[in-house]
Order: sequence, then C-alpha cells, then structure tokens
Amino acid sequence: MPRRRDARDLKPPPFQYHTPATVHEACSLLGSLEDAKVLAGGQSLIPLLNFRLARPKHLVDINGIAALDRIYERDGGVAVQALVRQAAVEDSEVVARICPLLSSAITLVAHRVIRNRGTVCGSLAHADPASELPAVLLALGGRVVARSARGERTIAADQFFVGVFETALAPDELLVEAWFPASRQPSLILEESRRHGDFALAGVVRADDRLALFGVAPTPVLADPRDPARGLEPSGDLEATTDFRLHLVRVLADKAFAA
Amino acid sequence: MNVNGVEHPAPIDPRRLLADHLRHDLGLTGTHVGCEHGVCGCCTVLLDGEPVRSCLMLGVQAEGHEITTIEGLARDGEPLHPVQQAFHECHGLQCGFCTPGFVMSVVGLLARHPQPTAQQIEEGIAGNLCRCTGYASIRRAVSRAVELRAK
Repeated sequence: MPRRRDARDLKPPPFQYHTPATVHEACSLLGSLEDAKVLAGGQSLIPLLNFRLARPKHLVDINGIAALDRIYERDGGVAVQALVRQAAVEDSEVVARICPLLSSAITLVAHRVIRNRGTVCGSLAHADPASELPAVLLALGGRVVARSARGERTIAADQFFVGVFETALAPDELLVEAWFPASRQPSLILEESRRHGDFALAGVVRADDRLALFGVAPTPVLADPRDPARGLEPSGDLEATTDFRLHLVRVLADKAFAA
Repeated sequence: MNVNGVEHPAPIDPRRLLADHLRHDLGLTGTHVGCEHGVCGCCTVLLDGEPVRSCLMLGVQAEGHEITTIEGLARDGEPLHPVQQAFHECHGLQCGFCTPGFVMSVVGLLARHPQPTAQQIEEGIAGNLCRCTGYASIRRAVSRAVELRAK
C-alpha cells in the first residue's frame, strides 16, 4: 500500500532558513555559514530541493531585502538587480530600448508563470549550460557584480561561467547585479527545443559580430561564426545525439548570420 | 498570509511548500499537485494577482502576500468566475485534474492580455499540461472567457 499523503509531508531536505533584511546581512550570513545556498526566485533551486538533488544546510532567502529589484540604465547598458523577476525584464521599457536582445531572450525562458517568480541574476548564478541568459550575457560581453563581507568585485561574463552549474562566485559572495551592454543590431537569439518553454537542445545568440552558443558545452561558449561547431563535443542524450546538436549549431548560426 | 481574503498564519516549518500548506494545513485541496517540480502547472495559484507555481515556493515565503486559489474565484452559491464558466461551457476539461492550474493561469493571462491573440493564448497555456490532451477545448474555453469577461 502506498503511504497516504498527510500533514507531515515535507519535500525539501532539512535546512535552516534565514531571511536577511539587507545585502549586508545576507553577505555576513554567507560568510559565516557552512554550506549555504541563496534562494531568490527558487524556480531552479526548489525543484532541486524537492527531488533532494540539492541538500544545502542553510537557505539564505534574499526575497525580503528591500531595494534590490531595480532595472536601470548604467554605463551605456542596463543593470538588473538580484531580485528583478524575469517577467519584469520582459515588460521593461528600459530593457526593450537599450537591450532588445535581452527582452527577446527572456521570452524563451520557461513560461510566463515561471518568469513571474524566477530572477535574471538567479539564472546566471545557477549557470545551467542549456539556459539562455548566460549565453546572452556572454555574447554581449556583460558583467556581474558580486558582493561579500570582503567587498565588491565585478566579474566579466567570460570569466564567470566555469562549469556545469558552476560559476566564479565564491561561497560567501552574493550576485547583486548583472549588467548587460546595449545590444546593437543585428542581435538575435535562436534555439531549438522539443516544446515551447523547454530547455534548448542547442541555441545561438548573435550580438552584432559575436556568437555565443548554449546547450552544447559545460558552459555557454563563444564561437567563430564562420565555423561555429569547431572544437565542440556536446553530449548526446535521449533528446538529441551529439551529431544532431552539432548540426543544430551550424544551422542556427547560419540563420542568425543570414538575418 | 492572506488566502482568498482570509488571514492565516504562515506554516511553522519552512520546509513546507506553499502547495502542501494550502492543501494539508488549510484544507484547500482545489490546488492540485502533479509533478512537484514546476513542469505540469497543476498547482498554479495567484500571488498578489500574478500566477505562480505553488510547488516552487516555500509556504513561509507567502507571508505578507495575498494568495488566491481556485476556491477563491467564486464562493459557494455565487456564479462561477468567467474563466470557470467558459471551461464549463466549452468542455475545457475531461478528468479535471489539471483544471485548477489551467484556470488560474488563464485568469493571469487575461489580466495581462484582456484581448489575447491566438499566439498569446497558446503561450499562456503552454506551461500547463493536460494528460487527457484536451487542448483544443481548453483553447476554445480561453476565447470564450474573453467574451464572457467583456460582457
């Protein structure tokens, strides 16, 4: 007999829950706690907790921090703070004016209901190799701002994505802001996925003459538009073989540069 | 937190998901739980008017916010909400398991796009799965809900 669901059901593994009210407080928690994870939109982290694939000892929920949800123009680009929901970027006139590439890429991130909660900075910090926003940041040559009790530093996109779900952020650092340079025409994002809103089997981002690929390497990667698949060894799985992913890279890159 | 206009204390255990809190602690079993990782859309509720997945939020995170579940759209004895009425008229459900999630997503969709295009309707319901595959009727129900809301 399957056990009946009851009032004791708790899906996530045990963790201690912290709700800092300021960035300063969040940073001192991250600096002092062993094995802490930052919880922002939770659209990637909470599934991992529900499946118990992630078992952090501490969750530092930053949703209660005031004044961390601004989108603003800075240094000829657009800055997106840590608590800005993806839906807010989708609807933002500032983003549409300065970085329309980001506006169009956002609509490929899952579904609106997910984007209502998910954050841009969270997507970057999560660093899923198949997700769109890291590749957009890389193609544009954007940066992120990391804060810790030790101070603040800026990390360029090409230094930030280190491996599968792995970034250059230190355990005590909080990603407080992402900065996307203005996108110049022609800029576009193309991807192939099984269903609308799914993770891409492969995707390309063109920002002027730069090309970034996603879904085909442990991190988003820059590629040569004339030979985009060179050196790539994407993994094959039930959804797509290695050869099919390489084929998609060539076709999508050709399309992007024909536009 | 405020659920359907009534104040409730937040769950005691921070590990309690909002979906489980609504169902098990508050008895609001209209919010269904399917995949429990944000794919199926059955658990969709409104958070301050915007549709979100209640399986991807901790109950404690709803503290200080307004939650609307399917039970909050029309009270007993009241006429159905236009979206519910439209699903009823157009047979936008078969087994009904996915229906609360679809209805809440569509309420959110029509709040944002009162006159949605065909593409906006398709994208608006793309995050919800119907295993009976009754999508054609569901799509019709959304169009009908647009008419009913305009009346």
